[in-house]
Amino acid sequence: MTMPLMRPPRKNPILRTPQMNLPPSARSRVALGLTAAAAEGRFELQVCQDCDSVQYPPREACVHCVSPRLKWRAQSGWGQLLASTTLHHSNDLFFRERLPWRLGMVALDAGPSVMVHLHSEVTEAPCRVRVGARLDRAGQAVLIGFPEKESEHMADDKMLREMGSDPKFRKALVTDGKTPVGQALVRALVKAGADIVWVGHAEPWKKLPGLAELAAIPQVTMLPLDLSNERSVTTLAGEIGGKVDIVINNAEVHRSHGIGNRTGTDVARMEMEINYLGLLRLSQALGPALQGRAADGMTHACAWVNLLSIYALSNFPSHGTYSASKAAAYSLSQCLRAEMRPSGIRVVHVFPGPIDDEWNQNMPPPKLSPEALASAVIKALRDGTEDVYPGDVAQEWLQRWRDNPKVLEREIAAGGT
Amino acid sequence: MSRQSYAGVAVAVPITVPYQRYSTQGAHWFVGQALQALIQASGIEKDDIDGLCLSSFSLNPDTAVGLTQHLGLSPRWLDHIPTGGASGVMALRRAARAVQAGDADVVACIGADTNHVDSFRQTLGSFSHFARDASYPYGSGGPNSVFAFITANYMRTYGAQREDFGRIAVAQRSNALKNPNALFKKALSLDEYMAGRPISDPIHLFDCVMPCAGADAFLVMGEQRARDLGLPHAIIRGAIERHNAFASDPIMVQGGWRRDLADLYAQADATAAQVDFVQTYDDYPVIVMMQFEDLGFCAKGEGPQFVRDHSLTHDGSFPNNTSGGQLSVGQAGAAGGFIGMVEALRQLCDMAGERQVTNAQLGLVSGFGMVTYDRCLCTGAVLLGRSA
Repeated sequence: MTMPLMRPPRKNPILRTPQMNLPPSARSRVALGLTAAAAEGRFELQVCQDCDSVQYPPREACVHCVSPRLKWRAQSGWGQLLASTTLHHSNDLFFRERLPWRLGMVALDAGPSVMVHLHSEVTEAPCRVRVGARLDRAGQAVLIGFPEKESEHMADDKMLREMGSDPKFRKALVTDGKTPVGQALVRALVKAGADIVWVGHAEPWKKLPGLAELAAIPQVTMLPLDLSNERSVTTLAGEIGGKVDIVINNAEVHRSHGIGNRTGTDVARMEMEINYLGLLRLSQALGPALQGRAADGMTHACAWVNLLSIYALSNFPSHGTYSASKAAAYSLSQCLRAEMRPSGIRVVHVFPGPIDDEWNQNMPPPKLSPEALASAVIKALRDGTEDVYPGDVAQEWLQRWRDNPKVLEREIAAGGT
Repeated sequence: MSRQSYAGVAVAVPITVPYQRYSTQGAHWFVGQALQALIQASGIEKDDIDGLCLSSFSLNPDTAVGLTQHLGLSPRWLDHIPTGGASGVMALRRAARAVQAGDADVVACIGADTNHVDSFRQTLGSFSHFARDASYPYGSGGPNSVFAFITANYMRTYGAQREDFGRIAVAQRSNALKNPNALFKKALSLDEYMAGRPISDPIHLFDCVMPCAGADAFLVMGEQRARDLGLPHAIIRGAIERHNAFASDPIMVQGGWRRDLADLYAQADATAAQVDFVQTYDDYPVIVMMQFEDLGFCAKGEGPQFVRDHSLTHDGSFPNNTSGGQLSVGQAGAAGGFIGMVEALRQLCDMAGERQVTNAQLGLVSGFGMVTYDRCLCTGAVLLGRSA
């Protein structure tokens, strides 16, 4: 059984801050298919469309019939552990600093043998294991051997914690606490065991419903934060920059309508000011702070979550300027992801469909509840995924967009949803 | 079409460019040193070497052809075989056929690599597509973790104990003490072997080779040429090669030798019992044990009992890796695929000094190379005989 993680002692300021060294991140292009699936929490391997052979390591041609028609397909991951080993030596700095480290060789029921990082609860070979794919600290997919039966504290496994960004005992910032989504996120973080949740509040004089109750939670500290104001952002960074482990940027301005229903650019500018430039200000102020603490003890800085929208993928004309601001934020967040990658900070994109809040009052159900959105974010942090499409609408849009983005654009332009 | 024999081919002039733990020289330097030594020891003019077969991991971005210009050679037959531990056997087979066909008269076969302080780590990360995608991200232990799996699985399946692997390592160290080129100069006891620090369970320190710089080389030519030059030489009684054998085994329990074993002994018209010494490929002791099985000296699974029943030193009942092997001499990259070949030549030409196997008539050299993912892909073996 995995021992539950104990609250780590306070950091000794005399000791050096460990620096991050990423695990090996080079992959061939074809192997990135494994990463693409793992980024959304799936374990997929290439399957030959001509002879059904499952392939591993990733290939350019089927090992059995040499067909080039290999498609990534979901795997159950069940298999037999053939052998395990515990590394006491490594030539790589990431592992060298984390020894001992357990590995296994698993014969998948689907065919191939795979090398895996082995969960501590997996017993000695031979035994049944379930293989899953996770992103490691380099943001690349690796395979994990999980025990046959799940147990209460298995997420606290030392190796597994390296793959995810579990909020337990960590310190998080939620950039906007006044919205139902913000409040749900704060409560979910506290429930997930976060040590401190700083909650940004752009207009402290406004006594919005729920805020007083939120502020009364012992783990919660309210802080003034206005993403449209550079000084406000740098002040906050000066205050908590050296401590925050997880940033959840949920602050957004959302107004309906597209181009023709409104004159002037004030509303669109306000959306861009928060949704795009706000993210940029926050990234410049807090990004380096997170990067500097990316290996700082077992509750090191680990993740940055951006609340985007499924309409970032394809414009939804009745929320046209909002879609455009989210598309800009999405693009900028890809840049943030690339810049955070060398330090192992995971940047998570959340693409919800319509949320059940005041700005989607005219949208028909199904709408995503703030609580469902918050639990999707916590799950993404725990599982280490980086692209999340919570709810039925987002999932449906994603499918249609992947199937054919042009067809989706035409459907939406013709008044579809 | 029946297989043509290797008759009429001589293998001569075993050369070792002394191994060093680290070197500031490039691989080209070691290739050059080997070539110079081949010329000096054979008395053959440089321009008369008209074939070159080269194996190295650290020539990048050069391949063998770049070395012809570097060293001022103009061969009419050229081969580049970056196949590591199998490259000695593979070089021999290719060179022998070139000589038989008349495509070359004298072929220099050279395995050489340098070793800078950080080069081993860098080689691991870029060794193969599969390693980069599917093994290097898992602890970067290099082949250690792969062979830990193979060893653990073998131990569980066939009841081998760590002590059994220890017998192999200890005997090789004893041989190495009589090899001036061995980098390890201290005796190793079984207790010391057992007390070695764990590297990747069940692999411990003395199960691992030490990467180093160096080169090994030999010449292949017609037998008549060797006689005319008065060069001591050995003859090729049989040779096999196999790649990616038993790919459906979920974990390696047997090597490709097993597929071609009957062919090997049939070529030589000999049996395993007639072999006087073996030079196995010893990246890890479990692979040595597997070779005892897969090369016909005992049945599959009887490796542990076989090493308990035999003494493996040069003067023992079953001389194995009489130079000390890579485990005790060092692993000079691709030269690790040549170390057994040059030692076998020395044994068959009575050049092995203190570690000479008495009345050595028939020797077996085995190669094993290229851990691209979860096992070595290349296997090969050659039976060398004393020339008449």
